[in-house]
Amino acid sequence: MRNDYPGYWQDAWRRFSSNRAGLFALWTLAFIGLLALFGPLFSPYGYSDIHLQLHDTPPSAKFWFGSDELGRDLFTRIWWGARISLFIGISAALIDMVLGVLWGAAAGLAGGKTEEAMMRICDILHAIPYLLVVILLTVIRGSGIGTILIAMTCTGWINMARIVRGQILQIKEMDYVVAARLSGASQLRIAARHLIPNTIGPIIASVTLTVPTAIFTEAFLSFIGLGVQAPAASWGVMVNDGLSAMRYYPWRIFFPSAMLTLTMLSFNLLGNALRDALDPRLRR
Amino acid sequence: MLFSMGMIRFLFKKSLILLLSLWCVVTGTFFLMHAVPGDPFIGERVIPEEVMRSLYAHYGLDQPLWVQYIKYLKGLLRGDLGISMVYYGQSVSRFIRDAFPVSAALGLSALCLAVPGGIFLGTVAALKRGRWPDTAAMVVSTIGVSVPNFVLSSLLQYIFCVKLHLLPVARWESAAHAVLPTVALAALPTAFIARLTRSNMIDALGSDYIRTALAKGLPLFRIAIRHGLRNALLPVVSYLGPVTAQILTGSFMVERIFAIPGLGQWMIHSIHGRDYPMILGLTVFFSVLLMVAMFIVEIAYSLLDPRIRVQAKQEEAHAE
Repeated sequence: MRNDYPGYWQDAWRRFSSNRAGLFALWTLAFIGLLALFGPLFSPYGYSDIHLQLHDTPPSAKFWFGSDELGRDLFTRIWWGARISLFIGISAALIDMVLGVLWGAAAGLAGGKTEEAMMRICDILHAIPYLLVVILLTVIRGSGIGTILIAMTCTGWINMARIVRGQILQIKEMDYVVAARLSGASQLRIAARHLIPNTIGPIIASVTLTVPTAIFTEAFLSFIGLGVQAPAASWGVMVNDGLSAMRYYPWRIFFPSAMLTLTMLSFNLLGNALRDALDPRLRR
Repeated sequence: MLFSMGMIRFLFKKSLILLLSLWCVVTGTFFLMHAVPGDPFIGERVIPEEVMRSLYAHYGLDQPLWVQYIKYLKGLLRGDLGISMVYYGQSVSRFIRDAFPVSAALGLSALCLAVPGGIFLGTVAALKRGRWPDTAAMVVSTIGVSVPNFVLSSLLQYIFCVKLHLLPVARWESAAHAVLPTVALAALPTAFIARLTRSNMIDALGSDYIRTALAKGLPLFRIAIRHGLRNALLPVVSYLGPVTAQILTGSFMVERIFAIPGLGQWMIHSIHGRDYPMILGLTVFFSVLLMVAMFIVEIAYSLLDPRIRVQAKQEEAHAE
């Protein structure tokens, strides 16, 4: 009898693999990830190699995606930019996750006045506009990948904390958890056996949906001049550089914009598919 | 029963949180700005010590930090946000007075496009669930959520201005100048509202009273408009908070790309010029604007939706 039901992960995978948009997103991201890792190896140029005689050339066999105003190869720069964008997006999402899960779980488990105080702190911080905090911190600390990560995570974890706390409150009252508690299971055992495994679906989905926000924020900061510094290139920097040259050299804005959009789209689709696949409330 | 004890307590709690958040923003920004090493007068030019001292005295920089802080708070209460250090002698409030109307006009027209547009798309998608209009609306809105604002703006500018010569490239002069920026700014909120309206509408269409109405033989379209939409629209009020934030963020990029003389453009300029008092003043202004907007939306929503009123009462009962 027991084995008539598929396990949680098996069931989730079955649902995920029937979602075409989700699969498309997964393959696209795998492809972008591989090219970010190995793309620069296919190119004979470094990301900051300058060829002044060959500036602003259209895509060709020599420069697959064309070159920019200093004759730097856009193909190489795009994949270096992918490394920066993906690194920032994924790290920010993971840091948010760790902070948010710790805070949310602590609040949900503590209950009473402690929980009340912890959630009020969240409310107060949540009301402060995210992007303005990011801009202000980056202005003050000077731009750089480290600063961008600190700025994005210092209020970014709050959403995760709220989700986790909400989930824990729900699950804490479930009959099987009450039964476990009554039969003498320790707080730690209940957390490890019941609470965390049952919150992991929403956590994964929410982390995936944080990545595009973080990638966007980095691109936005680079676009307004607060991002990574030259000669390093993130997609936001390249879009910003390409903007002024759009009329005559449209490929310079096209490739970074397309990559940025495709990556954000894929993470959004993947996150939605994961949410549908992993959310136990939708389980039939 | 609109203002029961529970409701008053709920309002009081929310206002307290708003005030605390505002205080956090103001205090945080003030001390962050003063933690920046060096000061605005250290530059390439060597300034004689006496001039330096009188400059410090003029801007009150020679006083202890807490005195400056109190002075700053008092100024804020009078609406004094400080003085720009790049555009000598111009007050930040003056920039806001001049530029904010432009940003507000752009933002409001984007809102007027996004709210009806999003509701329409979402409703159509929900009514035709699983068929091509649904797929089309959801594809459009997923893309709308994923295309960064500055990418969309540049794309629109390239297609309609550079290639087709249909609309003016930039500046803020006539109605034709406003078309592209408004569309670019409205895209994200439209997509966002469409997605949320669709899921609310689907929930509403599955509820018992709609099934009853359907069973009684009323046409689906009329039910959807009269009963479904009413329930699906209520949550749209609560999206207006995040939508305001999206429009504000978007305005930074859209105003820059279309060279619109609004506040977003000034924010970018002051970041580039490292005009600290200006950045500080604008950040405080934007934060207060957004936080108050969120607050009003939340209160309006809780007054409109009887379920929240009940919830507030239950919470109170629970707390006793």
